[in-house]
Amino acid sequence: MSKLNVTRRGVIKTGAVAGAGLALPTYLSAASHSGYTNAPTGSTVTLGFNVPQTGPYADEGADELRAYELAVEHLNGGGDGGMLSTFSSKVLDGTGILGKKVEYVTGDTQTKSDAARASAKSMIEKDGAIMITGGSSSGVAIAVQGLCQEAGVIFMAGLTHSNDTTGKDKKANGFRHFFNGYMSGAALAPVLAKMYGNDRKAYHLTADYTWGWTQQESIAAATEALGWETVNNVLTPLAATDFSSYIAPVLNSGADVLVLNHYGGNMVNSLTNAVQFGLREKVVNGKDFEIVVPLYSRLMAKGAGANVKGIFGSTNWHWSLQDEGSKAFVKSFGTKYGFPPSQAAHTCYVQTLLYADAAQRAGSFNPCAIGEALEGYEFDGLGNGPTLYRAEDHQCFKDVLVVKGKDNPTSEFDLLEIVEVTPRAQVEYAPDHPMFAGGSLGSCNPGA
Amino acid sequence: MDAILLQILNGLDKGSAYALIALGLTLIFGTLGVVNFAHGALFMIGAFCSVTLQRILNISYETIDPTKTDFLGNPAKIKTPYVESWFGPEMGSSIIEWSVPLAILFAIPIMIGIGFIMERGLIKHFYKRPHADQILVTFGLAIVLQEVIKYYFGANPIQTPAPDALEGVAQLTSTIVYPIWRIVYFCFALVIIGAVFAFLQFTTFGMVVRAGMADRETVGLLGIDIDKRFTFMFGLAAAVAGLAGVMYGPINAPNYHMGMDFLVLSFVVVVVGGMGSLPGAVAAGFLLGILESFASMKEVITIVPGINQIIIYLVAIVILLTRPRGLMGRKGVME
Amino acid sequence: MFGLDKKDSTLLLIVALLTMLAPFIFNPFPTDSGLAQFNAGYPDLMQRFVIFGIFAIGFNILFGLTGYLSFGHAAFLGVGSYSAVWMFKLLSMNIVPAILLSVVIAGLFALVIGFVSLRRTGIYFSILTLAFAQMSFALAYSVLTPLTNGETGLQLTLDDPRILGSSATADGSIPVTNLFGLEMRSAYDLVIGPWSFTFSAGYYVCAIVMLLSFYLAIRIFRSPFGMMLRAIKSNQQRLNYTGLNPKPYTLAAFVISGMYAGLAGGLMAAMDPLAGAERMQWTASGEVVLMTILGGAGTLIGPVLGAGAIKYMENIFSKINDNVLHGWFAFLPDGIEDAIVFIIHPFVGKGWHLTLGIIFMLVVTFLPGGLVEGGQRIARLFNRKKADDPKSASTEPAE
Repeated sequence: MSKLNVTRRGVIKTGAVAGAGLALPTYLSAASHSGYTNAPTGSTVTLGFNVPQTGPYADEGADELRAYELAVEHLNGGGDGGMLSTFSSKVLDGTGILGKKVEYVTGDTQTKSDAARASAKSMIEKDGAIMITGGSSSGVAIAVQGLCQEAGVIFMAGLTHSNDTTGKDKKANGFRHFFNGYMSGAALAPVLAKMYGNDRKAYHLTADYTWGWTQQESIAAATEALGWETVNNVLTPLAATDFSSYIAPVLNSGADVLVLNHYGGNMVNSLTNAVQFGLREKVVNGKDFEIVVPLYSRLMAKGAGANVKGIFGSTNWHWSLQDEGSKAFVKSFGTKYGFPPSQAAHTCYVQTLLYADAAQRAGSFNPCAIGEALEGYEFDGLGNGPTLYRAEDHQCFKDVLVVKGKDNPTSEFDLLEIVEVTPRAQVEYAPDHPMFAGGSLGSCNPGA
Repeated sequence: MDAILLQILNGLDKGSAYALIALGLTLIFGTLGVVNFAHGALFMIGAFCSVTLQRILNISYETIDPTKTDFLGNPAKIKTPYVESWFGPEMGSSIIEWSVPLAILFAIPIMIGIGFIMERGLIKHFYKRPHADQILVTFGLAIVLQEVIKYYFGANPIQTPAPDALEGVAQLTSTIVYPIWRIVYFCFALVIIGAVFAFLQFTTFGMVVRAGMADRETVGLLGIDIDKRFTFMFGLAAAVAGLAGVMYGPINAPNYHMGMDFLVLSFVVVVVGGMGSLPGAVAAGFLLGILESFASMKEVITIVPGINQIIIYLVAIVILLTRPRGLMGRKGVME
Repeated sequence: MFGLDKKDSTLLLIVALLTMLAPFIFNPFPTDSGLAQFNAGYPDLMQRFVIFGIFAIGFNILFGLTGYLSFGHAAFLGVGSYSAVWMFKLLSMNIVPAILLSVVIAGLFALVIGFVSLRRTGIYFSILTLAFAQMSFALAYSVLTPLTNGETGLQLTLDDPRILGSSATADGSIPVTNLFGLEMRSAYDLVIGPWSFTFSAGYYVCAIVMLLSFYLAIRIFRSPFGMMLRAIKSNQQRLNYTGLNPKPYTLAAFVISGMYAGLAGGLMAAMDPLAGAERMQWTASGEVVLMTILGGAGTLIGPVLGAGAIKYMENIFSKINDNVLHGWFAFLPDGIEDAIVFIIHPFVGKGWHLTLGIIFMLVVTFLPGGLVEGGQRIARLFNRKKADDPKSASTEPAE
């Protein structure tokens, strides 16, 4: 108790007492002069992994966490290095980031914006996290992205599929590797047209919240452009568990395709109910009735069991991809945990690597420097082919997978098969596309 | 017309689940005077009884098949359930296929046991405590139960499909088809509800319980050990909720928080029906189920946007404001 | 002091002291030690402690005094948050008008809902409030999205038409909420040896507001009005027979407690300008009920303790992962270390709900009066000689 030192730090932006700097212990004075939030001063750097650990997406969150732990291991030189060896950028050498060992803290988003923000705040304010990443829904991603912008740290989005994340709610400090609703539509529609023909009548069931609407808008626009007709779009409450009263009207609606713009538990239940009502055996307008699930995930497919057989959807990545990056990732993940990674795990792993790489290339953990290093960055070897982090909206552009529920799965993980790898050019759009218009990145905020 | 008929069927089906859960809930209210927030968890545990049975039947031994490889390129392990090797592949696989109906037999003793343990071990100490304390302790219990399930089974839904023979749809009229299992579920609910009513109405045991519901003290003065019977009623209520859960599995895949999803709804059903009234709970269950189905029709949503989100609560408010004690509630219960 | 008797003054002083020194009290462990995981003295969590304290104090005015169990109180908190954020978007980043508006709007909302719901008593009343709150939540999440921004939550943007003040700062960021220039996010760090203590402006604003609300609550508890509310709780029928109409009193209590919730919502938005629909969900309403009962319903300090306990669990326990556990027990031999981690693992991190549930059950089973009773028992243990010591100022058992 010999010295009483006043300083400033963290999320904090005030005119502080300049003279007190003289009396500061070294490790803190460094922090306050580096000019950005939570500048790492010791031999370690802390990342914040904010994933749903309770609530309906807890399994997805657990898979994300596994991927993060794997990424940290690889960054620190442990394990077999995973995708580090296939990544087109070679600056990461297994000695952490910029020579600092990577440490991490975890938190629970509960898939609620409030809880997610509280958790992210505690990582920033208490644990000194320099980057926040994770999440399994768009509402949470957008809320946390906003927080990171205000606090002056980088946000590397996990699984978030809404157009808004890099559309009207985009932020300079936020980056998304995952694909979005527009890309799903653009990738899926041509395959659907090829498989099912150009004169189909589609009936949409849409989860009644922001993600559902952007997903529905995207897929309807893409299919209508190819000649389909959207006969109806019914909004279903998020809290719905039994979809029978939404499925039953489809039977006699004259529609011959049902599009389920649902995710998670909603998707499992609505698909199960649709199959129960015999929609798949139905013949309408002389054509076989078909069901489409625009956003697929292997974990959801597992939950839906045999119901997914033969049903088309899109996904960001799948473990059966045969490029070198995917193979390396599946190998190290599978060896460590005994089962293949999900698409959520993949995007989280890749985001961590991309962040580390950007910091390494920028030579600094300053969010503005990292932002600059990521903007317009072209890379390859991370499982999705040549990829671009577009500067205008911080969205990654890469190939999108169109998948189908496998008819004869050989194992409990082997549920989806890749039908087509839609090339990047086909899913690109202008930054000011009407579905993405309305927001602006603003300027990067380094915090204190 | 067909559309309306279909929605009535849907409503009866949803209503069956509501009515079964609410029945047990109101039974516990009526007999023990306990607000049981863990009742939804009992429904969930019921559903997981069939998941567990499915897992037990699927316990397998592994043989290595060198001709195939798993996702890492190692030789694949082929799992064969013991049941199949004991009874032969055909018999074995049909036993596994019928695991949901079999789970009824499996679930009854388990649920009654859980009910007994809950009542004797915990609820018993809360009879004289304020309702607020009962809410806190049963809510705590509900969280514990669902976290334990989540720990062992994960958060993802787990499919418990109906037997092949009961899957698919039935042609009801020339234009109406309806899933067979949902019809089974509705009939099952009717049977259970009928059995509970008959039990209370036509047996001496039931008569004593009804007397105890009306005036516990007097029944006690007559030298009847009403506590024991109430313990049994708790077990019965747990079994009803559990069976509702078992049979619900093929309709929607069970997950660990399905109990919480139904909890608030079933409370609304019980209150709309009137506290302590068994016929009220059943009637309210079917009524709300049917109204909910109608409210989700596109034609209705177009006129009143968002009505499908709030219909249950709106109806609850209207009924409670026009009928102070719900549909069939008695004066002085939980007021 | 301030028109309080000696015991209440002491209680108020203690609470004042505790809240003012909170940054020290909640950070007992040196920053670099393994136990720093249990430190709760960072601005966000301390703000949550006092904000949910306000929410629970307000809820207790209704529940603790009148016995009316509202299961929809979160709706008022949500409405308060939305009003505050709209005020930031449209008027100014100063928190005063925002908080005033959130209190007023929540009060009006409570007046309407209370007027309807209070026509019934007991569980019928609870379900009516639950129904209103669930309707608010469902509509805010979906149909009312233009007003609430639905799933994402209402946020500030760079093109808000702020009448007093600018849409964006000079460097292109969204302006920060402030109290006449004092930014809510500003904070000072005090470093003493290995300890580090953070003093946040936002926290102290919240703390002062909480002290005022606490003081007001004491006055209400001790006033003739408070007496009347207790009379309603103990025997409403008898009150009717004396020719008194209890309805205006209960309605007043309902509106006051709704305004407390609105105040809490407004403060939440002031500390972090975002309002999400989940704030209105039944689980959020249930949470404040649990906080109050856990702490001790009907007591003055209980709800604040309950709020603190639940928020502490949510924010601290959920962050303990296996990695941290292994760090703590690394000094043990490998086998024992793994065994201990294996035993603790289900209760922390993703299992924090389990611990919460167990604590609910234990507290309510063994401490019927909530945490306050626990405190009293410990106090009695120390003062055993003063056998006839009257109950402490905070003792007002629930029922």
